[in-house]
Amino acid sequence: MSASALLNLNQVTMKFGGLTAVNNVSLAVNPKDLVALIGPNGAGKTTLFNTITGIYKPTTGRVVFNNIDLKKTKSSDIAELGIARTFQNIRLFKNLTVIDNIKLAKHTRIHYGFWSGIFRTKKFLLEEKKIETECLKLLALFGLEHKKNLLAKNLSYGEQRKLEMARALGSEPKLLLLDEPAAGMNPTETKDLTDLIHLIRDQFNIAIILIEHDMKLVMEIAEKIFVLDYGNLIAEGAPKEIQNNPRVIEAYLGVESEDKS
Amino acid sequence: MNQNLTFFLWDCLQYLINGIAQGSLYALVALGYTMVYGIIRLVNFAHGEFLMIGAMCGFYALKFSLPMGAAILVAMLSSGIIAVVVERIVYRPIRASGRIPALITAIGTSLFFQYFGQLTFGADPKTIPPFIAEKIFNLGEVNVSNVQIAIFGITFFVLIFLWWLTHFTKVGKAMRATSFNLAAAELMGIDTNKIISFTFFLGAAIAGLGGMLMGYTMSIEPMMGMNLGTKAFVAAVVGGIGIIPGAALGGFIIGIAENLVAGLYKSSFRDGVSFFILIIILLVKPSGILGKNIKEKV
Amino acid sequence: MDYYLQILLIVGIFITLTLSLNLINGFCGQFSLGHAGFWGAGAYASALYSVYYALPMTNSLNMLLALIVGFIAAALCGLLIGVPCLRLKGDYLAIATLGFGEIVRITITMTEKVGGPRGFINIPHWANIYWVYTIALITIFFMFNLKRSAFGRAIISIREDEIAAENMGVNLFKSKLFSFIIGAGIAGMAGALFAHTQQFLHPSNFNFMWSVIILVMVILGGQGSVTGSVIGAIVLTILPEFLRFVGGTISEWRMTIFPILLIVLMMSRPEGLFGAQELRWRFKKEKA
Repeated sequence: MSASALLNLNQVTMKFGGLTAVNNVSLAVNPKDLVALIGPNGAGKTTLFNTITGIYKPTTGRVVFNNIDLKKTKSSDIAELGIARTFQNIRLFKNLTVIDNIKLAKHTRIHYGFWSGIFRTKKFLLEEKKIETECLKLLALFGLEHKKNLLAKNLSYGEQRKLEMARALGSEPKLLLLDEPAAGMNPTETKDLTDLIHLIRDQFNIAIILIEHDMKLVMEIAEKIFVLDYGNLIAEGAPKEIQNNPRVIEAYLGVESEDKS
Repeated sequence: MNQNLTFFLWDCLQYLINGIAQGSLYALVALGYTMVYGIIRLVNFAHGEFLMIGAMCGFYALKFSLPMGAAILVAMLSSGIIAVVVERIVYRPIRASGRIPALITAIGTSLFFQYFGQLTFGADPKTIPPFIAEKIFNLGEVNVSNVQIAIFGITFFVLIFLWWLTHFTKVGKAMRATSFNLAAAELMGIDTNKIISFTFFLGAAIAGLGGMLMGYTMSIEPMMGMNLGTKAFVAAVVGGIGIIPGAALGGFIIGIAENLVAGLYKSSFRDGVSFFILIIILLVKPSGILGKNIKEKV
Repeated sequence: MDYYLQILLIVGIFITLTLSLNLINGFCGQFSLGHAGFWGAGAYASALYSVYYALPMTNSLNMLLALIVGFIAAALCGLLIGVPCLRLKGDYLAIATLGFGEIVRITITMTEKVGGPRGFINIPHWANIYWVYTIALITIFFMFNLKRSAFGRAIISIREDEIAAENMGVNLFKSKLFSFIIGAGIAGMAGALFAHTQQFLHPSNFNFMWSVIILVMVILGGQGSVTGSVIGAIVLTILPEFLRFVGGTISEWRMTIFPILLIVLMMSRPEGLFGAQELRWRFKKEKA
């Protein structure tokens, strides 16, 4: 366990009744890393995300972020510490406008008080204005600025995925977790997404962990890959190493070929 | 002191017996709640009103000098039919809109029938005579009536019947499949709409039976469904909603608790007991005594 | 004249009540079926103050204190029911709050000091139309600006998706409890106004049916819409009165109108007249 790492998982195990979803996983992610988490369906990838974001508390083991043990930190406080995520099955605030979705992400970065909001003081108005500008900038980055007043549910699927990423970035994270961002996208959209992820990492200077089934995307952008199988971390390394790792081929690609048949 | 204690214990025993009889009736009503919830995850607020309509029809059947047996049949059929009609024209269209709209619709239906009942049957309470001539047996210091024993017996029989129905008949297996996963059941060729209608009919018919048996402790009136319905619903939640034996267990618990509290403490507190039990259960084990805890998947 | 004044009073009280439930139900998405319980707790607590413990000062100051008593009593009830029950969801929360509302009503019925089942009489006539509409306007102002501040956004995000809201840093428990306590407290103030304009309280004013009527007002207007709640309260207070004039038969049937309206509404437009949106022209007017 290195002290310089942004995120450290130390022998994390997550059990549901008799089922062990994550088994004794240890890994480290450094600031500005762009890593991928891969593995067959049911390998425990999303469970690991849920453990990092505090939706589940690990049965044993520790999650350390920025040298803070998250053992007793509530999910909402973890967001404030600087972890944001997207969800496999998009969880936008569907009946809110696109811009309100992002404004909400600024929740932990608000300085004005409750009564300031009720009486619409100068402080409130200035800060809301600043937030609005920031949110519009984010939307522009994702090409959604002209849709800012649409309800989120009226966006196309690909746009919803983008909005969810924009919302996650809105909370000004140090670590961004993306759960299958390319799911349901066509090849052109996936290509755009690849550029976008690069752009995010460079412009925001943050670490990104990515769960993805699209191997082309993973191999192209990930600097490091972690492979989960049945809750166990079976391999980690650079894309080239992972591609040639016999255990990974057995566990992962075996399932992949079954999918195709 | 010692004698006082003896009296106290005899009293408790008496309340326990009354409670079991009362609880049997709650159980009969609770079964309908549990079955409907089990199959479409709807808290059918109008269930108590189905019972009220059945009991009213039974009352008029008796007035037209039908024998008791026939009147009970009339009550069960009318409860069942009104339930099927309501399901078809009100609940079915709303089902796709989500659970809270469906719940609100059920509340609306319940209130509608309460006022509808007042306008058609009149607000005055009506009495249904006991379904068999009442005989009271003295056992030591406690009284047990043959009506109480019969009510318990009938409830027991209904439970056995439901167990047989859900485990050994085709329609029962279809009910269980639908309750487990409606969409999958449909894909397997089960006509789920028919099964849901059948479940409403069955649950309401049993409630109608309960309404007729109730005549021995209380009179019937258009607003009865509210009070009785909420208690029976609480019974279903306490036992574990969606679970048939749970409804019976919950019914007995509520019945016994009410009689103990009313007898030993204050009778005006009777109606509050079930809600206290409800809130405690929801805090300790929201899925009910026999329920399983399910974790939401993210 | 008295008759119209009375309707106007009731409309104002229900605007406040509907908005208070809208905070819990429409903004925060917590389905509560016991709102009449909060209303009743506020009404009875404030009347208890004014009948037995009134301080020797002017009626206006006393009314102000009665409002505060009503707010605090109901808010405490909100806290009491909120802390344990807010981890329940959907229909389970609905049933728990229903149970709570009934417990409040039964407790009132059993308390001799406030008249028990006979009702609470001789409550001083401290409030009037100005009080009622001042409180209604303050509530409207509060709700509008809450909706457009970060705290309101956080509460609304819970209605939309709890898990996503939590992952964006919204403390679910605190935000839910906040809306529960404030919603209950405002309902308690509406109760205090009701007590001190009607001068008589009866436990049946606060039964389940009334929780449902307030709910219908919220839903008719649109969950999350402030202007919607105002219009819902106005329409549904005046409609039954209007039906009273139409004639004997319809007047008898008017109590079945609420339920039918509710069902039709759910079938045709479950999001209410305005959804979560506001009426635009009113929006500007309110802002000024």
